[in-house]
Amino acid sequence: MPEITRDEVAHLANLARIDLSDAELDHLAPQLSVILESVASISGVAGDDVPPTSHALPLTNVFRDDVVVPGLTPEQALSGAPEVEEQRFSVPRILGDEQ
Amino acid sequence: MTTDWTRRTAAEIADALAAGEVTSAEVTQAHLDRIAAVDGPVHAFLHVDAEGALAQAAESDARRAAGAPLHALDGVPIAVKDVLATDGLPTTCGSKILEGWVPPYDATVVAKLRAAGLPILGKTNMDEFAMGSSTEHSAYGATHNPWDLDRIPGGSGGGSAAAVAAFEAPLALGTDTGGSIRQPGAVTGTVGVKPTYGGVSRYGLVALANSLDQVGPVTRTVLDSALLHELIGGHDPRDSTSIDQPLPPLVEAARQGATGDLSGVKVGIITELSGDGWQAGVMTRFQESVDLLVKAGAEVVEVSCPTFVHALATYYLILPAEASSNLAKFDAMRYGLRVWPAEGASAEEVMRATRDAGFGDEVKRRIILGTYALSSGYYDAYYGTAQKVRTLISRDFEAAFEQVDVLVSPTAPTTAFKLGEKLDDPIAMYLNDLATIPANLAGVPGISVPAGLAAEDGLPVGFQILAPALADDRCYRVGAALEALLLEQWGGPLVPPEENLS
Repeated sequence: MPEITRDEVAHLANLARIDLSDAELDHLAPQLSVILESVASISGVAGDDVPPTSHALPLTNVFRDDVVVPGLTPEQALSGAPEVEEQRFSVPRILGDEQ
Repeated sequence: MTTDWTRRTAAEIADALAAGEVTSAEVTQAHLDRIAAVDGPVHAFLHVDAEGALAQAAESDARRAAGAPLHALDGVPIAVKDVLATDGLPTTCGSKILEGWVPPYDATVVAKLRAAGLPILGKTNMDEFAMGSSTEHSAYGATHNPWDLDRIPGGSGGGSAAAVAAFEAPLALGTDTGGSIRQPGAVTGTVGVKPTYGGVSRYGLVALANSLDQVGPVTRTVLDSALLHELIGGHDPRDSTSIDQPLPPLVEAARQGATGDLSGVKVGIITELSGDGWQAGVMTRFQESVDLLVKAGAEVVEVSCPTFVHALATYYLILPAEASSNLAKFDAMRYGLRVWPAEGASAEEVMRATRDAGFGDEVKRRIILGTYALSSGYYDAYYGTAQKVRTLISRDFEAAFEQVDVLVSPTAPTTAFKLGEKLDDPIAMYLNDLATIPANLAGVPGISVPAGLAAEDGLPVGFQILAPALADDRCYRVGAALEALLLEQWGGPLVPPEENLS
């Protein structure tokens, strides 16, 4: 299994939307390499004929009757919001300068 | 019996409340006083709701006086891990990103506590988003083990375990994704149960890894866990992975086990969960407990589960993958922290800055690991492979349970280590969950019961009992039998020395 480089960690942090500082990248990259090296031991343990398990117990999709039940009031739903405007979540601009 | 109500079990308090020997207000106040006295050094609680708990206690007493208690545990106070949503009480998950968040709804298990009349003392400390085995990854400071304040209380639910061990609460709720109830139970000398996956609702539990998380009881006795498990368990239409069938009779199983008779029970010792790296004092106590099970009439054999040696690696691919997806919801838009890196920053820039400021080291490690395991080109090699090995681990359990009724092992390879000792060595930290992780991967139930103190350091050791899915009652029967036999040997429960708490 490949070692994970500092650049790769920076790329993954970008995908995960976390601004990592240089110090954090220096710190995390070697630790992640060690973890990956240790989890790589499972490659080859299961043959091609072994089916994957996503859930331990068998699941079937669950539906409920389409009836109205009480939900959160707008005030409750917005109670934890960083910013609220006209009974809506107020968010930073979505488009960049170039768009 | 002692008149110090904090020293009583939940079952004893329930009986005393029913007999009119004490009021819920008195019992709740006694626990609040205890919290005020010892929680400075222990730091089991992130939030104490004295006013709310006393108001709930007064209501409970009024119901009792009117002859209409809601439940056997009506009036018995409880602490709740801070990963469960509590209407009107802060819920931080041990993270700065949720600092000050007050949920507008209750988790189903919390709603069940309220409906049964249990006063909620407060919210307990935990590793951030339940990632850790020591509670040191809490953004609000570590919890300290009541047996030795310089040592870890286990994790992620170290707060709940320490609260119960230090007599700050008779009952607590925990959550167990890879051992976060059982391992803290082991290192604090308390009882912890991970129910069958789907046996207790996850609605309102802030998910770490959906396919592994389970809410369960944290107590000082097996019977108390059974009482609490029966209260919180059962089908919940709000959790699509909730099992739609009744729980087995758990309290009855605990009472049956307490007779100390295990005739006809077949117990399997898991070969792979011993050997190098297992502390000598842990293995000695484990073997003593096994001998007691034999004395109680159980038949004990050794059973091999060869794939268990790969459980840790499997877990550390599946868990980060699920966690990285789950934690994507902390995006600074609808709740929690919002950090502006510059005036007029875009939503994405705000998101990046917020997640950097709001998440701690371990959370970042796991998010990046999960992002890697799920990324194109690596998915098959990592996540896909881990899912296949997960199948093999479940098959090992199936084969083992064809031979025996329960499987046993030490709960954790060592006793509580020193705070700070493994903080910057993720692999050493992960190894604490070696024995507890297989049960989460396969969805089977497990209990950790105190097995005594290790000779070399005088610290608690845990004995783990695992049963097939839906057969949680077997954990309670065997656990209660072992507990009864050990208590007889010790002449009473082992409790942390009071002088260590200051």
